[in-house]
Amino acid sequence: MGTRLTLFRLESRPEASKAMVYLSPLIAVGMTIITAMVMFALLGVDPVDAIATFFIEPISTLDGVTELCVKATPLILIGVGLAIGFQANVWNIGAEGQLIMGALAGGGLALAFYDQGSILLVPAMLICGTLGGLAWAAIPAWLKTRFNTNEILTSLMLTYVGLLVLSYLVHGPWKDPEGMNFPESRMFHDSALLPVLIEETRLNVGWLLALLAVAAGWVLISRHIIGFQIKVIGIAPLAGTFAGFKEKKLIWVTLLISGGCAGLAGVIELSGAIGQIVPAISPGYGFTAIIVAFLGRLHPAGVFFAGLLMALTYLGGDSAQITMNLPNAVTGVFQGMLLFFLLASDVLIRYRVRVGRRNIHTRLSE
Amino acid sequence: MSVEWLIPAMLTIVTAATPLVFAAVGETVVEKAGVLNLGVEGMMIIGAIAAFAMAVTTGSEVLAIFSGAIAGMLMAFIFGVLCVYLQSNQVATGLALTIFGIGLSALIGHSYVGNTFVGLAKLDIPGISDIPIVGPLVFGHDALVYFSILSVASVAWFLKKTRGGLLVRAVGENHDAAHAIGYSVTLIRMGAILFGGAMAGIGGAYLSIAYTPLWVENMTAGRGWIALALVVFASWKPWRAFFGAYLFGGITIIQLYAQGMGVEVSAQFLSMLPYLATILVLVIISRDSAKSLLNAPACLGKNYHSSG
Amino acid sequence: MTNAASSEIPRLELIGVNKTYPGVVANKDVSLKVRPGEIHALLGENGAGKSTLVKFIYGVQKADTGLMLWEGLEVQLANPNAARKLGIGMVFQHFSLFDAMTVEENIAVGISSELAKGDLSGRIRKVSAQYGLPLDPGRYVHTLSVGERQRIEVVRCLLQDPALLIMDEPTSVLTPQEVEELFKTLRRLSEEGVSILYISHKLEEIKKLCHTATIMRMGEVVAECTPNKETARSMAEIMMGDNLISPRRAHHRTDGEVRLKLEDLSAVSNHQHGTNLTSVNLRVHAGEVLGIAGIAGNGQRELMEVLTGETLADTAEAIMLDGTAIGRMDPIKRRQIGIGLVPEERFGHGAVAGMSLWENALLSGATRMKLLKKGFIKKEASNDFAEDIVKQFRVKTPGVGHAANSLSGGNLQKFIVGREIVQAPGVIVVLQPTWGVDAGSAASIRQSLIDMATRGAAVLVVSQDLEELFEISDRIAVISAGRMSDARATESITVEEIGLLMAGVGLDGNTVDVV
Repeated sequence: MGTRLTLFRLESRPEASKAMVYLSPLIAVGMTIITAMVMFALLGVDPVDAIATFFIEPISTLDGVTELCVKATPLILIGVGLAIGFQANVWNIGAEGQLIMGALAGGGLALAFYDQGSILLVPAMLICGTLGGLAWAAIPAWLKTRFNTNEILTSLMLTYVGLLVLSYLVHGPWKDPEGMNFPESRMFHDSALLPVLIEETRLNVGWLLALLAVAAGWVLISRHIIGFQIKVIGIAPLAGTFAGFKEKKLIWVTLLISGGCAGLAGVIELSGAIGQIVPAISPGYGFTAIIVAFLGRLHPAGVFFAGLLMALTYLGGDSAQITMNLPNAVTGVFQGMLLFFLLASDVLIRYRVRVGRRNIHTRLSE
Repeated sequence: MSVEWLIPAMLTIVTAATPLVFAAVGETVVEKAGVLNLGVEGMMIIGAIAAFAMAVTTGSEVLAIFSGAIAGMLMAFIFGVLCVYLQSNQVATGLALTIFGIGLSALIGHSYVGNTFVGLAKLDIPGISDIPIVGPLVFGHDALVYFSILSVASVAWFLKKTRGGLLVRAVGENHDAAHAIGYSVTLIRMGAILFGGAMAGIGGAYLSIAYTPLWVENMTAGRGWIALALVVFASWKPWRAFFGAYLFGGITIIQLYAQGMGVEVSAQFLSMLPYLATILVLVIISRDSAKSLLNAPACLGKNYHSSG
Repeated sequence: MTNAASSEIPRLELIGVNKTYPGVVANKDVSLKVRPGEIHALLGENGAGKSTLVKFIYGVQKADTGLMLWEGLEVQLANPNAARKLGIGMVFQHFSLFDAMTVEENIAVGISSELAKGDLSGRIRKVSAQYGLPLDPGRYVHTLSVGERQRIEVVRCLLQDPALLIMDEPTSVLTPQEVEELFKTLRRLSEEGVSILYISHKLEEIKKLCHTATIMRMGEVVAECTPNKETARSMAEIMMGDNLISPRRAHHRTDGEVRLKLEDLSAVSNHQHGTNLTSVNLRVHAGEVLGIAGIAGNGQRELMEVLTGETLADTAEAIMLDGTAIGRMDPIKRRQIGIGLVPEERFGHGAVAGMSLWENALLSGATRMKLLKKGFIKKEASNDFAEDIVKQFRVKTPGVGHAANSLSGGNLQKFIVGREIVQAPGVIVVLQPTWGVDAGSAASIRQSLIDMATRGAAVLVVSQDLEELFEISDRIAVISAGRMSDARATESITVEEIGLLMAGVGLDGNTVDVV
C-alpha cells in the first residue's frame, strides 16, 4: 500500500535535503542527455554527433554565444516572474499571451510614432510593453480575486485570445501596405530598435534588463517581506492568513509581476531581435519559461542558468534541423523530458529511496 | 431559416463536441479519484498523431482508435508514475505532459504532414438514415459519436452505482481514510489516471481521423484545456460535462455559420468565442466559492504518501 | 467482568513485537494478551507507541519482528481486509469517513463487497437499533455531529460480527453523557463475548470500563494491571514515569482589569461545515487563566479565527483589546496592540513546516519585534529573536536555521507558544495548548501560561482536555454550537455540569435533548 513498490520504497527524510535541491537539476540534465542519445540512436543518428550538434556547436563562436543570450533574454525575464508567482502557488501559465500583448502594446507604439525619430521611443515602448503584459495578466488576477476562477485555465484561454488578436492585427489594420500582402507589419524605424551591445550581433540592451530582473527578483524573494509573504502563502496559506498576510494582494502582486516581465520580454523580442510585428513573435517562450522556472528551483539565480540552458535547446534544435535534417520539434521533446526528469528526481529532496524490500522483516508464519 | 441549414449545423456541433466529451468524461473520473491531470492537451495530441499515423499506415479505423487510446494511456502512465509514486507536483507534471506531448507529436507527425485519410465512416442504415431530419440527426454519425454517448452513460453508472465507483470517489474524498480502511490509494488512482489517458487519447484520435482527417501540428488547439474547464463547469458530473461539451460545440460552429450568414466580423474574433466562453463559464461556476467547493473532490490535487 | 478470565486461549496474543521508524523505536518487545469478552485497555501517553501497535494488529503496517496469534494460531496480516476477515474491527480516532458520501456508502466502503450486497440500509437500521446507535443510512456524513459520525464507525464494525473491536481514543470527541452511552454499548458487546481493545490515556474512564490494562511508555510495556484495583494517580505514575509534574501557581486571581472583552460577538464560519458564532460574551481579566471547554467543532476554530483576525467580527466593538476595538482590524495591527495567538494546528497554521525556525519566528513577530526595515527583513534581529525563544523555552534544536518540521511535536509547540510569549502581549489566546505533545513539554507549556498570567497578562485557553482545564484555569466557560456559557470559578463547577453545557443544555434556555 502507499508507495510500497516491490522494487523500491520511499522513506520520508526528517528534513528536506538541501543538497538534493541543487543536485536534482543536474541529475535531470544528465538523464535527459542519456535519454536523448538513446532517442537519436533510434532515429538512426549518431548519438555523440547529435549531442555535439545540439549542445556544443551552437555556442562554439562568439556569434553563437551572443545569440544564446538573445534567446535566453525572454526566457530569463519571464522565468523570474513565473518563479515568483509559482512560489505563491499562483499558476500563471499564460505568459505566452502576456508576452504577445506586451509586444503588441510596444510594437503598436513603434508603428504609431514611426517617423518621429525620438530617443524617447524605445523607453516608451519598453514601458508600454510591460504595461501590456501586466494588463493581460490583470484579467486572471481580477477574475481569481473577484470570482475565485482558476488562473491556470483563464490565463491559458487568454493566451489563445492573445494569439488571435495578434493574427487579426497583422492580417488587418497593422499589415504593411507595401508588404506584398504578407501578414507582417512594416519594419520598425531605427529609433524603435533596442541599442546593440556588441556590434555585428543581435545582443542588445534587453540582456541587461534580464540581468537586472534576476537581481531584483533575488532581492525581493530573499530579503523583502513581500518575498517572505509569497513563500509563506505558497507553502502554507493558513499560516499566511494567520500571520496577517493578504492572499488577494499577493495574487495581484505575483500575477502583475509575472505579466509585466512577460510583456517586457515580448517588446524586447520585438524591438531587439525581430524588428517588426510578425504572426509568430515567440516560439513558445512563455511556455518554455515554465520549465525554466522549475529547473531554476523557482529562484531567480537558478532561473538565470536554466534560461541559458533552455535557450541552448532552441539553438540546438535549429542547428540539428540544418545540419542533420531533424525536425526542430525535438526541442519541445527535450524540454518536456527535462521537466519530467526534474520532477522525478525532486522526489529525492523529501524522500530517501530504499532499494529492495526491508530485509529485517522476519517471516512470521509458514 | 430553413431546415437544410439547420441539419448540417447540428451535425457540426456533434463533431465539434465529441472530442471534448471523451476528454472531459475521462478527466472527470481522474479528478473524482482526487488527481488533477492538467496534461489532457498533451494526451489528446499524442492520441491524435498516434491514431492518424496508424490510420494512414494500416488504413484500419479500429486500429487507429486503439492506438490513440493506448498512446493516451502511455502518456497518462508517465504522469501517474511521477505524481502517484514519486509525489511530484500535479500542476507542474500536467504542464510538462502537455509541453512534452506537443513536442513529441510534432516530431512523430513530421513525416505525416500532407497525408490524408478518408475519415471515419458514418453509420449508414439504408432507409432509416434517409428519413428527413431524424435520419441524419440520430443515425447519421460515425461510430465514435455513439461510443462517446455510451461512455458518458457508463461512467455515470460506474461512479454512482458500482463498488468500483464508490472506491474511486472514496479515494478522491479522503485518501487517508481509504488507506486506513485498507484500499490501495495508489492503485485506484493509477487506474483512474490510465482511464483518463485512454479517453483523452480517443478524443484526440477523433480530431485527427474524423473531425479533420489530417495531421496538423498543434491541432488540438487548446481543446484539452477546454475539457478541463468543462469538468469544473459540470461539477464533476458526467452528464453535465456531456451537455457542456455540446454547448461548446454550438459556440464553435457559430464562427463557421456567422460568416455564411453575412455577419461582418473578422474570423479571428469569432475564433476567440470558445476561449472567451470558457472564461465566462468558469466565472459563473466559481463565483459561489462555497458551492463550488462542495462539489469538488476534497483531496483533488493532493498527493498521497503513506508513511507505512 | 463475568467473561473476563473464563477462556484459556486468548483471542489475541502478541509476542515480542518490534517496530522501528527512522530515528525512533516505536515498539520494543511488546507482548499482550486479550481474552474473549475482555475489555482491555492500552494505556499510554502520546507517543508511547499505542498507535503503531494497533496499526500492526489491524494489518495497516507490518512489524519488524514479532508474532501475532489469533485464537492461539499464528497469523500474518497483509492488509486490513485480512484483519476484517479474521473478525477484527476498528474505530479510528480520526474517523475514516467520507464527508461527501452517505452513511450507507460510508459503511459499504468499509466492509467486504459480499457483505455490502443486498439490503444494506435495512441491516444498518437493524444493528443500530439493536445496540442503541441511531443512524439514518441516507444522510450525508457532513451533516452529522461528531458523536453520530462515531456511530457510523461502530456500526460498520458491528455489521461484520467482530470478535475483537479496537477503539482508538473514542471519547476525546464526546460529551460525558455520550461517553456513558458508548460505554453501555461496549459493555453489552463484552457480555456477548466480543473482546475490546480500548486505547486511551484517560485514567478515570479506564477505571470505569476496562477489565485489564496494559500500560506502555516509550514503546515498551511497563506494566499490566487491573484498573479498578488501582488509583488514577498510581496508573498515571506508571504511564508517565518521571514526567509527572503538576504545575504550581502562587495564587488565583480573577479580579484584575478586563484586558479582553467579547461582547455580543457573532461571526459566520468560513469553513465548509463550520459553526457560526452567535452572540458570544466573555471577559478575560489581567492575571487570570480562563479555560474554555467544549467538544471539537463547536466553534473553537471560529473563535480563534475571529480573534486572530483571519475572519472579521460583525462590528469592531465586539472584540475589545485593552480598550481598543479590534473586531475589524487585520491580524498584524492586532498583534501590534498586544495579542498573542497560538492556533491548534502546528503545521501549516501556527508554523510553516518546511521553513526555518527564524523564519517561523518572523511569521508572527515581524511587527511587534520590529524585525523589518522599510519592508526589508532584518535577518540578524530575526535570528536573535528566534534564539531567544529557543533558549527561554528550552526548545531542543541544533539551531534556528533548521526547519520547523525537524522538531518533535512537543518542541515545536514550545517554540510556537514561546514565540507569542516572548513578544510580551497583554492577552494570549491558546487553542489546544498540549494536543499531541509529550508529557514533559505539556507540563512546561502549562507552567509558562500560568507564569504569563502571574505577570499580569490575560490568558485564554481553549481545550478539549478537561483535566488540563481544571489544572490551570481560574475560571471555566463552555462553548457549544457557537454559543458561550457564562464563565464560572473552577472550584464551583463540576465535570457533570460542564458535560451538560457541552451538550448545549442551559445555554440561553436553548436546551438539547440528551438521551
